[in-house]
Amino acid sequence: MRKPLVLVCSLLAAILALGSDQPAVRVGPTNSVGPRPLEKQTQTAVIRDYLQAWRTMSGALEQNRADLLDPDFIGTAKEKLADTIREQETLGIHTRYQDSAHDLQLVFYSPEGLSIQLVDAVEYDVQILDRKALVTTQHVRARYVAVLTPTEVRWKVRVFQAEAE
Amino acid sequence: MKSELTLLLGGLILAAIPLALAQQTLDLRLPRTVEAGSAFSIQSAGSGKAVVYIVGPGQVLRRDVQLGTAISFAPGELHIAGHYLTVLVGGSSTENGAFDVTAAHQPAALSFLAKPSRVPVALHDGISGVVYVFDAFQNLVLAPTQVSFQLSGVAGAVQTRTALTHNGVAWTKMDSAAKEGGSQFVARTGDTASTRVIQQVPGNPCHLRMSAHPSGERLVVETEPVRDCSGNALPDGTIVTFTEAYNGGESTVDVPLKRGVARTDMPAYSGATISVATGVFIGNEIRWGSVR
Repeated sequence: MRKPLVLVCSLLAAILALGSDQPAVRVGPTNSVGPRPLEKQTQTAVIRDYLQAWRTMSGALEQNRADLLDPDFIGTAKEKLADTIREQETLGIHTRYQDSAHDLQLVFYSPEGLSIQLVDAVEYDVQILDRKALVTTQHVRARYVAVLTPTEVRWKVRVFQAEAE
Repeated sequence: MKSELTLLLGGLILAAIPLALAQQTLDLRLPRTVEAGSAFSIQSAGSGKAVVYIVGPGQVLRRDVQLGTAISFAPGELHIAGHYLTVLVGGSSTENGAFDVTAAHQPAALSFLAKPSRVPVALHDGISGVVYVFDAFQNLVLAPTQVSFQLSGVAGAVQTRTALTHNGVAWTKMDSAAKEGGSQFVARTGDTASTRVIQQVPGNPCHLRMSAHPSGERLVVETEPVRDCSGNALPDGTIVTFTEAYNGGESTVDVPLKRGVARTDMPAYSGATISVATGVFIGNEIRWGSVR
């Protein structure tokens, strides 16, 4: 009786894992974020909104719709992504970004609480489509630096930049 | 069975040769890193026409190219820092690669956040400054960069601090000056500077003293100039509260400071006790009967 139950559970876990689009997320210790202590609630909100920003970016670049960026991006990050979408549109290109793992480290929380910076060792797949024909799929490992600022109801990404590893 | 297997393996090897040759012809040699906005080139081997894609979240380029020549990109063509995938497609072959575009080393803009804009005088670490350093293309300059902060005003010594950016950000804290007035808070790196104005206002009152004198049936009460602990006069409009207690009754008058003093009149009850306060600070007390 026990064996079939374990088998069913394992199978179920495997099916759930395969069917899930959620990236694996690891968050490093936050004991050195600079001049302002970071509350757990703030940390949770920042990470939630940053991961949501990845989903938003993915959808916007795949559909070439800059308006989708509004809820999660602001300032130069939003302008740059919107420019990319315009370039893609002009060239007839679509890109699909599928993030699979984030290793996050919150590195700076400004004294007045108006910006928070994180570093993300991220893994993702990129598909490039030229006039709907798949050109390539590549797996990428990169280190992103992001700066988020609080707005009325959420943290928005203001700086979003990959750096050389 | 054995000969069939040999035949199959031989066929597979023969089929793989042209494929391998075709892939070799699309050899792609990329720089490891490129500084944002600078000219660079990609080397390709082979012959014929191909298409090169350079793709990142910050920028996308697509160009028809002639294989066997250097593919050149003009200054400013690729100017957004980030990780870029490069794909060379020629015929049925594809060659992939990647490289990084880093921010220009020369800072060109500072995003300087100074808080608060109004601060009480003589407050230790009362002013904070945070600077994000950007290049001319609004890329965050991630290489460590020296930033100097300077706070100078009409009074008090100039305060200077330096900090090295870490992941593009530097910060500091400064004390507010002992005297009220505007101060210039400047962040600078190289030739690039950004200035904010910090208004230093008097702190909490430290000296509150009143006097009383009769005026007909009434009693005129008046404070001396109200000052903070550094001797700065509290701003006009600050509310001062006079309270008169007599025979179990009490009357209160709120008066704004005018030219540094608060003045009002109250009923002159013999034996009344009059007290004065502003905010949580309590001044002296007068027993009217004893004065008279």
